[in-house]
Amino acid sequence: MDQKGIGMTREPLLKARGLVKRYGKVTALDHCDFDLMPGEILAVIGDNGAGKSSLIKALSGAIQPDEGEIMLEGRQVRFASPLDARASGIECVYQTLAMSPALSIADNMFMGRELRKPGIMGKWFRKLDRPAMEKFAREKLNELGLMTIQNINQAVETLSGGQRQGVAVARAAAFGSKVVILDEPTAALGVKESRRVLELIRDVRARGIPIILISHNMPHVFEVADRIHIHRLGRRLCVIRPQDYSMSDAVAFMTGAKVPDEAATAA
Amino acid sequence: MSSDTKTAASYEEGLRGASDKVAEFHEPKSALKRLQHWLHMTPSAVPMIVLIAAIIIFGLKEENFFRAVTLSTILQQLVIVGILGCAQSLVVLTAGIDLSVGAIAVFSSVLMGQFTFRYGIPAPLSIALGLAAGTAMGFANGWLVARVKLPPFIVTLGTWQIILAANYIYSANETIRSSEIAAEAPALQFWGYSIQPGGVKILYAVFLMIALVALLAYVLRHTAWGRHVYAVGDDPEAAELAGVRTRRVLIQVYALAGLFCAIAGWVMIGRFGSVSPSASTGQLGNIQSITAVVIGGISLFGGRGSIVGMFFGALIVGVFEMGLKMVGTDPQWTFFLIGMLIIIAVAVDQWIRKASA
Repeated sequence: MDQKGIGMTREPLLKARGLVKRYGKVTALDHCDFDLMPGEILAVIGDNGAGKSSLIKALSGAIQPDEGEIMLEGRQVRFASPLDARASGIECVYQTLAMSPALSIADNMFMGRELRKPGIMGKWFRKLDRPAMEKFAREKLNELGLMTIQNINQAVETLSGGQRQGVAVARAAAFGSKVVILDEPTAALGVKESRRVLELIRDVRARGIPIILISHNMPHVFEVADRIHIHRLGRRLCVIRPQDYSMSDAVAFMTGAKVPDEAATAA
Repeated sequence: MSSDTKTAASYEEGLRGASDKVAEFHEPKSALKRLQHWLHMTPSAVPMIVLIAAIIIFGLKEENFFRAVTLSTILQQLVIVGILGCAQSLVVLTAGIDLSVGAIAVFSSVLMGQFTFRYGIPAPLSIALGLAAGTAMGFANGWLVARVKLPPFIVTLGTWQIILAANYIYSANETIRSSEIAAEAPALQFWGYSIQPGGVKILYAVFLMIALVALLAYVLRHTAWGRHVYAVGDDPEAAELAGVRTRRVLIQVYALAGLFCAIAGWVMIGRFGSVSPSASTGQLGNIQSITAVVIGGISLFGGRGSIVGMFFGALIVGVFEMGLKMVGTDPQWTFFLIGMLIIIAVAVDQWIRKASA
């Protein structure tokens, strides 16, 4: 990488300033800032109710902040819906997974961006290209190695919790071109499956795509994260490097038992 | 500090030497379980089995039942319910319900008739306007459901009354006679014409109904929009997050249902000959179409079932009515049995859903 490339890494890929989101009397986001550097894994941790989910939803277009701005690659963006964010290359795995239980794995992976048959059938009769969608879905699931799926056409509701999560992660990893956001991706997974997801997260970073990881699992966070954004009371408390602090420090920061020193906030 | 990170990963050391096998499940594959799973995959199977059984039983009981005339009469009698059922299926798949289908059909047919006879608009244009009006009524339902976020039951309970009342007020409860329509605007009665191969009368409307069912079955199964309809009915929040414009899909579904109702209204003119604002469809169309949908195995909770199932459901009702009439029982037995079928259909739906658990 040349000089310019290195210089560019100083500029955040995804940046938010002064985000505010109120629900009635509750302020979920209170002038919150956020920075995601290119090619990094940024963990976001915080106590329950700290506003992590609201922050993620604002970044992925699921909610619209009342105030503040979001910049993607230096340009201001305004996401009216998750579709907008997706069109900009931001993919999100929500905690609820956002899957339609009665539909097949392939249908779910391509929800909202279905492939159509080439030629007249696709153009005039808008026929879906099922074989292509199924092939792609199978490839992505194999890449993930998360599961042995016999039938790509089986309904998502017939999968186990871990398999469902695997499909959701595969969907985001397959389509995310700028940013992949994972909200508690290992919550429903066993030890081995969690390990695969962590490997997948590293794979995605190796492709140059930065990842936002929301997790309660401190060992996972400290293992894969390049930086850790600690969220408290609706705003960014500080950003730390996992090498500089221990897990108990991080927990102390996010619960308010300890106040980070000035240096940490700048990191 | 760094030792902290080390211990973090070390608990997974225990994985070393662990079996590499992915969890395998040995389900007791009893015949019943397999049947449940198969029904889960093919929701229209139950009504099809019931339909075939009903046809066989009536055929054994009554030798005249298998005559082509009987079967063509059954089809003739269910064209309106069949088309209204298409509209109802779309709405029910989104976990909604449309009580206004019959009212939209009647009002659309009245508009087609009145436009032609009161204002002298050419019949084909009147028909187009009637179809547009039906679509607009459906759109109003959809807008109230998707934008104002009112429950579909309440919205359509209201619009049912409003549309039916508007229909009486606008038409001054006047019927346009069949002979007048035949003489001046035969296009209105188009679907009442028939072909008669070998003396068996088959209405154009029967072909229309089958074509509409086939078209909707294709759209729901093989287009992105169809998949979105299912996704919205299944879990609207998940669909929204996954990139489906749920409100737009909902409005489109109700508007399309309105169009189908207006088509049913046009077919009504052909079936009955006259245009009558007090046609029984206005009051009964919704219940009949919901019956077909439920017996056809479409889940009232949305996202499950198929349009072909609804068609079988409508056929079951038609076969029961005709068969019991031919056997010569009290016609009330028809409703008795259909009532039981509805309850059984929903019970079976609940049982099938457990296949996923």
